Amino acid sequence: MTRTFMDWGLSYEWAWGLATIAGILLIALPLMLAVAMIIYVDRKVWAAMALRRGPNVVGPFGLLQSFADGLKVFLQETIIPSAANKGLFLIAPIITFTVALAAWAVVPFNSGAVLADINIGLLYILAISSLGVYGVVISGWASNSKYPFFSAMRAAAQMISYEVSIGFILVCVVLYAGTFNMNGIIEAQRGHGLGIVNAYAFNLLLFPIWVMFLISSLAETARAPFDLTEAESELVAGYQTEYSSMSFALFWLGEYANVLLMCALNAILFFGGWLPPLDWAPLYLVPGWIWLFAKIFAFFFIFSWVKATVPRYRYDQLMRLGWKVFLPLSLLFVVLVSGWLMVTRYERSPHTALCPSLDNAELAARGAAPQGSPCVRENLT
Amino acid sequence: MVDLSQYLPILIFLGIALALSTAFVFLPMGVSQLTGTHNPTTEKLSEYECGFPAFEDPRSRFDVRFYLVAILFIVFDLEAAFLFPWAVSLDLTGWPGWITMMVFLFELVVGFVYAWKKGALEWE
Repeated sequence: MTRTFMDWGLSYEWAWGLATIAGILLIALPLMLAVAMIIYVDRKVWAAMALRRGPNVVGPFGLLQSFADGLKVFLQETIIPSAANKGLFLIAPIITFTVALAAWAVVPFNSGAVLADINIGLLYILAISSLGVYGVVISGWASNSKYPFFSAMRAAAQMISYEVSIGFILVCVVLYAGTFNMNGIIEAQRGHGLGIVNAYAFNLLLFPIWVMFLISSLAETARAPFDLTEAESELVAGYQTEYSSMSFALFWLGEYANVLLMCALNAILFFGGWLPPLDWAPLYLVPGWIWLFAKIFAFFFIFSWVKATVPRYRYDQLMRLGWKVFLPLSLLFVVLVSGWLMVTRYERSPHTALCPSLDNAELAARGAAPQGSPCVRENLT
Repeated sequence: MVDLSQYLPILIFLGIALALSTAFVFLPMGVSQLTGTHNPTTEKLSEYECGFPAFEDPRSRFDVRFYLVAILFIVFDLEAAFLFPWAVSLDLTGWPGWITMMVFLFELVVGFVYAWKKGALEWE
């Protein structure tokens, strides 16, 4: 995009700056639009599974329901409880929303279509999504009310518990891909299964990992059946109880942006991201971002489906699942995956040879790289 | 040498996201002042407790069972932090690196089993 702006007669710095800001707006604004629509989809799916109609009044098929809600919320009064810590009370939704947006900076939407193509993309997402817990904890504490406080305590324990197993799960993916770069991980999945399926989930060793990741991502974003932080039957609305107006809406926007991010991560890490499902030439005619969005949408449907059908966990069951099932299992799989890779992939290759850092051009050409080079990832299924 | 310029878009993104969310929080306040919906009363500003007046201060003593979870989290997240650089360089470190990491993981598993046996993971 920088080149387009340079063609307009701008110097490189200005063109770069304009392109970056345009890219940011191209991510942030459609993301907010997507969040509004995905809330509508969530309600529609949920309603359909309960044999209800769902929102159907505002606009055709109720499509504008989220925007009507947004406008209503925008015009409402912002209530700041007199007992609350005012500064922290207002900072909490800002943190939640900022962090939820910023995580999208490294998500690749197509080959090369990524705002910041950093080498440690996955690590960045892990780091920035663990900052999300601050918004919840601060809001619970600053509200100075009992329900938000309990909810914040629960949220902190729940999020950090599942972050541990998510960390180990990501290690398994990184072991296979050999890179933290998001585009690199996607490219490593090209033809991974039987030389034709572009997905890590097709691998017998990685499929159980993906199942764990899907469940952990439900828990990490506090979606049903792990929505104990806002269990309305016990905690009213959890940490959002004292919030109103746009500050309340920011929690919702941030939460759904995080859900979308987790769907995107499922698609990118295990289902080939913007690659078509099969490594078959006609499928590449469809632009990559359409494949990515289709996969994200499919995962979001699974999230809604789970929300509509699975009853909520009890808190001790939630902690047991995180610490006593997922943590030992994901640790075991780190050992299994790394051992398997050592035996099958790295034993024969001269592992002392340094791999050149893989940039995009090389990644694109990797399918044609000579066999036996230490940087060629073989297909193992 | 790390090329820091590729992190600049992230910094700009953070700035824009911060500005956006700050605007979202403070704009409705101004709007509600203008439209006249801003009408605070004592009852409205009191904390929510199902219609009752609050029984006691929410900042009273609270048994933080999550303390132990947080300690365990630090141990295991640190372990994951050690695993990440090893995972990307598995082809470079070879068998010595793999065996070293397995020894490290084994020690951690011993600690994990100990915590389990001690009941640190029990939730009553």
